[in-house]
Formats: sequence, structure tokens, C-alpha cells
Amino acid sequence: MSSVSTAPKTDAPKHPKSMLWIVGVVLLAAVPFAVPSLQLLVTFALAKGLAVVGVTVLLRAGQVSFGHALFFGIAAYACAFLMAAIPGADLALLLLVGTLGALLAGLCVGLFVVRYRGIFFGMLNLAFSMIFWSILEKFYHITGGADGIRLPRPTVLGMALERGPFELILYYLAIVLMVVLGWVTIRWFASPVGQIFQTIKTNETRLEYLGVSPRRALLSGYLLSALLCGVGGVLMGVAQGAVTPEYVWWVRSAEMVFIAVLGGAGSVRGAFLGALIYEIVRTYASAYAGDIWQMLLGAFLLIIILFAPGGLIGIFGSLAGRAVKEDAK
Amino acid sequence: MTTPLLETRNLTITFGGVIAANDVSLKIEAGRNLAIIGPNGAGKTTFLNICTGWIKPRKGQVLFQGEDVTALPPRKIVQRGVARAFQIPQLFTEHTALENLLIAAAARDGMRNPLIDLHDTPARDEMLHLLEMVNCADVAHRLVVELSEGQRKLIDIAVALALKPRLLLMDEPTSGVASSEKDGIMEILITALAEAKVTSVFVEHDMGIVQKYADEVAVWNAGNVQLRGAPAEILEHPDVIRDVIGEVA
Ligand SMILES: Nc1ncnc2c1ncn2[C@@H]1O[C@H](COP(=O)(O)OP(=O)(O)OP(=O)(O)O)[C@@H](O)[C@H]1O
Ligand SMILES: [Mg+2]
Repeated sequence: MSSVSTAPKTDAPKHPKSMLWIVGVVLLAAVPFAVPSLQLLVTFALAKGLAVVGVTVLLRAGQVSFGHALFFGIAAYACAFLMAAIPGADLALLLLVGTLGALLAGLCVGLFVVRYRGIFFGMLNLAFSMIFWSILEKFYHITGGADGIRLPRPTVLGMALERGPFELILYYLAIVLMVVLGWVTIRWFASPVGQIFQTIKTNETRLEYLGVSPRRALLSGYLLSALLCGVGGVLMGVAQGAVTPEYVWWVRSAEMVFIAVLGGAGSVRGAFLGALIYEIVRTYASAYAGDIWQMLLGAFLLIIILFAPGGLIGIFGSLAGRAVKEDAK
Repeated sequence: MTTPLLETRNLTITFGGVIAANDVSLKIEAGRNLAIIGPNGAGKTTFLNICTGWIKPRKGQVLFQGEDVTALPPRKIVQRGVARAFQIPQLFTEHTALENLLIAAAARDGMRNPLIDLHDTPARDEMLHLLEMVNCADVAHRLVVELSEGQRKLIDIAVALALKPRLLLMDEPTSGVASSEKDGIMEILITALAEAKVTSVFVEHDMGIVQKYADEVAVWNAGNVQLRGAPAEILEHPDVIRDVIGEVA
């Protein structure tokens, strides 16, 4: 009985592991100087990683979306249109508008899809993303069709920058967004709202009988997931300097789910770790192993699912001599 | 006359050929503990389902504090002050016992702050106390999926209590609980309900418990209330001995 009031507070044992993560972030921050050739690749990986965190959020409620590239793409296109309307717009404005665009789309789609669960939820998300994809392809006089639209370099806090410094700033922005949004998401998971959201996975009957609308609870996480995908989409669009319908193509959505599972389904840190490793493997394997890199990744995923369901983050955790689920709790 | 806390009028529902509620009209006054007894399949759980909006009756009405709540979804009825513990516990299986209660309290208090930890919410002590009350303090930090049926039933009740309801509906609260513990738990529960001025309705198969803790008994049979009265009188009634007690024994 007396053990109750001295509840195990989880703060203490977390520190050694947090240290590892800090080291990881510092290493990433050194990349532009240590391995400049990796800089752009890591920017792309972190942009994708943010979107993967979005997918991860939904996994926590036991839901899989096969259409979340939609929000990634909407944010990127919103930026491209904004740059066309206001040449020389600022990066901060792009971030704001792109994210709001994704959030708004998340609200519209979310209000509809939160009525469904499981396979229907997943497929409806896919359907919405495919509708948007065909709109992008068909209305080519506005969207540029399959060629997409250019996304010229924005100013940064009013300064027009050369490509080099601009990409460097983008790189560090990606790291900052990873740290801040990753932290917010982890906190949100532990918060009452986030915990209520995660009960969708285990018992909606009880949730309803607590006086909570399960659909609303799901919508709260859905909006967060759309926001995260939106931020990722802005980063990707700006880093690539162009947006194409490929951004919302279903393979992109599937890739996000793939990385989420690879990294450790449900883990925020795993999402970024997964995205980094995925991008590196993809880039180098496709350079050296030609067409079989997808097969290699597929086999790797199989191994993960069969032997390490905790994903890369789980392997990483045990290698670090720590319990797997700290981040996941 | 004062408005009853809960009133049902002519509730009727059939499933296939089975009449699970057959013109049920019942008034439940505030401040009392009503036991519902009756054979398996008599429609006891169905009655609780209809009262909480989980199942919509084909005919009839449910009034809570005089307000017609028949068409409302369960969550709206819960928000008005009705809580429910289930025949089969409905818990968040991937959460600990304490977290189940903390989530209930967060729902009750409308906790919206996204940056506060569930474990740091102000209701923590209150919820630990509730767990202690139902003898589950020692398993506060265990996942409910690991607990015994009896413990899960008690935590399910604690979750319902965490909402601070005016009316608590319990479906066989102590089934699955070790018989040596039943009395103690009911004693504490009924005392706590009286203290908090919570009215309760509980479905019960254990006539000893009914005898001891109910202020009133309603006997269900074939989807309707067959008899209603004080425990002493009802439990002696020949029809009840034949239809209910005989069957249970
Ligand atoms: N949702 C449903 N769909 C179909 N039939 C149902 C449903 N709910 C209840 N029934 C049927 O209605 C009848 C009454 O069931 P109910 O669960 O209310 O009985 P009960 O009195 O609670 O019995 P027990 O003591 O076994 O819990 C049963 O014949 C049952 O099979
Ligand atoms: Mg029943």
C-alpha cells in the first residue's frame, strides 16, 4: 500500500538515454562541416521524418493512414502558389501558410475519416490523396500537371540568400523543427489529451462512457498528424525548389508508413532515426546496388517485423543497454 | 412529488424474436440503492444499455432528472451525471490501473493542457484514494490486461466513480471477485456512495449481497419488472424463489 504514494517517477532513468539523443543531435549539427555531401540528404530525411512522425501519431491510436502524403503535398503546393503570388515571400511566411494549409485540409478530411477505423480509415485517406493527385495532374494550367511547379528560393527573415547559405539555414531549421516538434509530440503523447487519443486503440466504449467523443479524440491527433506532415512538406518543397504530384502519390504515403514501422511503430525518435537510415540506404543502395535496393529494404523490414517489432529504435535501445519502451511510454 | 432521478416510460425493444424490454416503466428515486435481480437473459443489461443511450428503444422514453435523454448518445448522458460499470469490464488495456482512473478524471475535468503529464494532473491523489477504496492500490501501476477478472471489475467501478456521477449503474459489480472479498468491497462501496450522495442501481446475482446492501429490489423477468419492493419482502416471495433464486442456486 505504502508503495503507491512513492510512484515510480520515470524521470530519473531517462537521463543516460537523453544524453545519447543529445549526442545524436550534435553529430547531425556537425554534418555540414564534417560530411558536406550528406547535408542535402539529411535535410530531405528530416523533412520526411517530420511527416513520418505524423503517421506515427496515428499509429498510437491503432490507425494506419495510407494517404498522409496528401498533407505533405498540400503544404508544399501552398508554398509554391504563394511564391507565385508574392515573389520573394519569406520562409517564415511559407512555413506558416504551408502548415495552415495542411491543418485546414486535415480538418476537412479529418472530420470525415474519423468516423471510420482500421482498413476503412486507411483506404479513405488513400482515396483523398488520390483525388488530390488527379486534380494536380488534370488541372495542369494551374498546377503544372505532372511537371509540377517551381518553388523559387524564398527570403529568410527579409534577406535574399545565395544557394549555399540558404541550404545551410534550411538544414539547421530542419534540425530545430525536429527537436521542437519531436519534443512537443512526445509531451502531447503523455498529456491527458494525448492519452485520451491513444485509448482509441483499446476501448472506445469506455471512452464514450467517460463522456468523451471518440471521433473528437481521434480528430485531435489527426490534426496534429496533418500539421507535422505539413511542416515536413514545406521543408521538402523549399529544399527541392520544386513540387510535383509525386509528393502526394500513394507510394509516398506508403513510404511514410514503411519508415514509421522500420523506425519503431509509435516512437517519435524512431521516426527520425528510420527516416535518416532509410534515406541513406536508399541513396547509396540505389547507387551501388541498382534495382535491388527495394528488395533489400523489403527484406530488412521483414526481419524487423519478425525479429525486432520494436523497430530500429528498439534495437538502438537494447544496444544502448536500456529498456526498449521508454520513449514509447 | 419530486422528480425521480431516473424514469423510464414504456421502454420496448426486441432482438430478432427476443423481447429484451417489454414496456418497462420504472422510477428511481434519488439517494437509494436499487438492486436488479432476475434470471439470465431477462433483459437486465439491456435495461442499462437503453438507460445510457447505448441502445435506442423501439418505443418509450428515458428521463434523467426530468429531461428526456432517449435520443442522446451515451457520452451526453454521462455528461449529465450517469456513470456505468460493465458486466464485462471496459478498460484501457494498454494503460495501468491508475492511468485508467487518471484518464477518467481528465475527461471529467476537461483537461486540455497538452504539455502537462497525465501523471501530474491534480486528480492523482484522489484517484489513488479511489484505487485504495476498491482494494486495488497494490496494482496501481500494473497494466490492467495483467490483472484478474475481479480486479478489473473493481477498477471498472472505480473508473465510473471517478466521474463523480449522480447515478451509478453497475452490472454485477462483484462477479469474479473472490467471495471472501465481496462483502468488504460492497460495504466500502455502499458507504462511499452514501457519503457522496450517489444513487446506485446494481444488477446482482448474489442474494446475500442484495439482502444486505439494497434498499429496494426490482425483479426482472422476460424483459419487464415483475415485482418491486423491500429486499426482505421480495426475497421471501414465492415467485422470486421459484424463478430467480431457484435458478441461481
Ligand atoms: N445487442 C443485442 N443483439 C441481439 N440480442 C441481444 C442484444 N442484447 C441483448 N440481446 C438479447 O436480449 C436478451 C436479454 O439480454 P440481457 O443481456 O439484457 O440479459 P441479462 O438479464 O443481462 O442476462 P445476464 O444475467 O445473463 O447478464 C437475451 O436473450 C440476449 O441474447
Ligand atoms: Mg447482463
